[in-house]
Amino acid sequence: MTTATGSAPAPLLRRILLQGKYEAATMLRNGEQLILAVVLPLLALIGLTVTPLLDGLGDSRVNVAVPGILALCAMSTAFTGQGIATGFDRRYGVLRFLSTTPLGRAGLIAGKILAVLAVLVIQVVIVAAVAFPLGWRPDPLGALPGLCMLVLGAAAFTALGLLVAGTVRPEATLAITNLLWILLGALGGIVIPMQRLPELAQNTVHLLPSGSLGEGLRDAFLHGAVNGNAVLVLLMWTVLAGAAAIRWFKWN
Amino acid sequence: MRSPKSPVLTIDGLIKDVGPLPTLDGKMLRVVSDVSLVAGRGEVTALLGANGAGKTTTIECAQGLQKRTGGAITLLGADPGTAGAELRARVGVMLQDGGLPPSARPIPLLRHIAGMYRNPRPLDELVQRLGIDSFSRTNVRRLSGGQKQRLALAAALIGNPEVLFLDEPSAGLDPQSRQLVFELISELRDSGMGIILTTHLMDDAQRLADYVYIIDAGRNVAEGTVAQLLQHNMPETPHRDHVRTLHFEALPGLDFTGVLAAEIEIRETRSGSYTATGALTPEDLAALTAWWAHHGIMPGSLSMEARSLEDVFLDISGREIR
Repeated sequence: MTTATGSAPAPLLRRILLQGKYEAATMLRNGEQLILAVVLPLLALIGLTVTPLLDGLGDSRVNVAVPGILALCAMSTAFTGQGIATGFDRRYGVLRFLSTTPLGRAGLIAGKILAVLAVLVIQVVIVAAVAFPLGWRPDPLGALPGLCMLVLGAAAFTALGLLVAGTVRPEATLAITNLLWILLGALGGIVIPMQRLPELAQNTVHLLPSGSLGEGLRDAFLHGAVNGNAVLVLLMWTVLAGAAAIRWFKWN
Repeated sequence: MRSPKSPVLTIDGLIKDVGPLPTLDGKMLRVVSDVSLVAGRGEVTALLGANGAGKTTTIECAQGLQKRTGGAITLLGADPGTAGAELRARVGVMLQDGGLPPSARPIPLLRHIAGMYRNPRPLDELVQRLGIDSFSRTNVRRLSGGQKQRLALAAALIGNPEVLFLDEPSAGLDPQSRQLVFELISELRDSGMGIILTTHLMDDAQRLADYVYIIDAGRNVAEGTVAQLLQHNMPETPHRDHVRTLHFEALPGLDFTGVLAAEIEIRETRSGSYTATGALTPEDLAALTAWWAHHGIMPGSLSMEARSLEDVFLDISGREIR
């Protein structure tokens, strides 16, 4: 075999796009992840529109339900799905191997963020395709702030997922991220709005990434409003979890 | 330390602490205390040592995977601790545990990694050469140890590197794969690649390495070509190149004083079991057998072998289990 000299990296953007595409395809091929990312949110959407759980919180059940379902989608993909995948990649040395290629550590993280956003776009399209026939009529003014809020929420949950995946064993990551998905999904102000939670919970939930994302999305899609508090809380979680992940993430 | 014509990697006084560890009351553990080495282009340089000697830590510092505590490392003229994608593109790495995603299939995975480089090696050539086509439709998690190693080697080579790091390359390899991988490594060396490998297998080092560094307890303990190391600690004689170990069994308590050349001592390692190591000459053998004939002794067993790197290694690092 011959050795050519002058091995060179592909351009940075191409490396990140490739990694994003590869990770997104891996997520979409994984059955368990698909259940978490698409099937369970859709079941929750249908459940909330056929039961009276959300009655009296807005003009229709589906209008109140959909923002929470979108928040749930962001948590599925950015936190639970991505966290578990990263945890096992760490166990199998995949993170270390890829960081020796031209991709590098920063490119790897950028690729993961890109993959989360790509899967989130697909989730939004699917949820919208189911929700419109069910009668979803979002406030048109809320579309842009809503989507920005969703991206911010995904950023906060990606940082949290990486923090968990990078600091504990993959089995523990699996347990923690799945458990929090259920707890935060049901009681953390994501699908069930704060007003329907016990009074004690109402005071804390708006400080959680789940509660602020759920309320922020409902304010956007129901009322066309920007919830400044929710933006601040999500920014704070993104910065804190991101800094902690940079500080404590173990690559091996 | 030696100075190869065209060095690709220089490590000077490497120190690496890990921890703090709860098992050491929260103190740091020094896993590498003083390792220096030079690896050249067109050569296979081996780091030989027992498990836990600090070999993997040393090369992971050289790959930029671990931050060093002290010392200097230059890889292709750059510091791997701070260098970027330009350097990583010129260096191929095969990790000890492979580092391949279990759910991936070999060909798409290699194609993906190839995309990270501007001028990757042709995929078909590598796939064929390493026999990957025979398991190209199987998930990584279902591959045998040898298949995984071959795929990991392909992944390390796909970017057409100038320097190749191999951490325990023959781990898990069946004899056929081992032959294939060793032939390829020799060929890559001949084409000018600088290859650095770690191994705890003396046989690997003896077959592949142009230059060997023996590492023990985080520091260099010996270095040289295989031929030089085989003469390690042997006295200067014209017969230094036929160092042998002779074993025989006979009556216990025999006194062989004056039978062999002065620098070769016959030790009774167990009752009635004798070993002589050194540069034995035909005259030594004749003198020994004549002595037996004279005393009417017929050995129960008799064997002789060339000194192996393993003997040298055990002489240097001690025979006790640690």
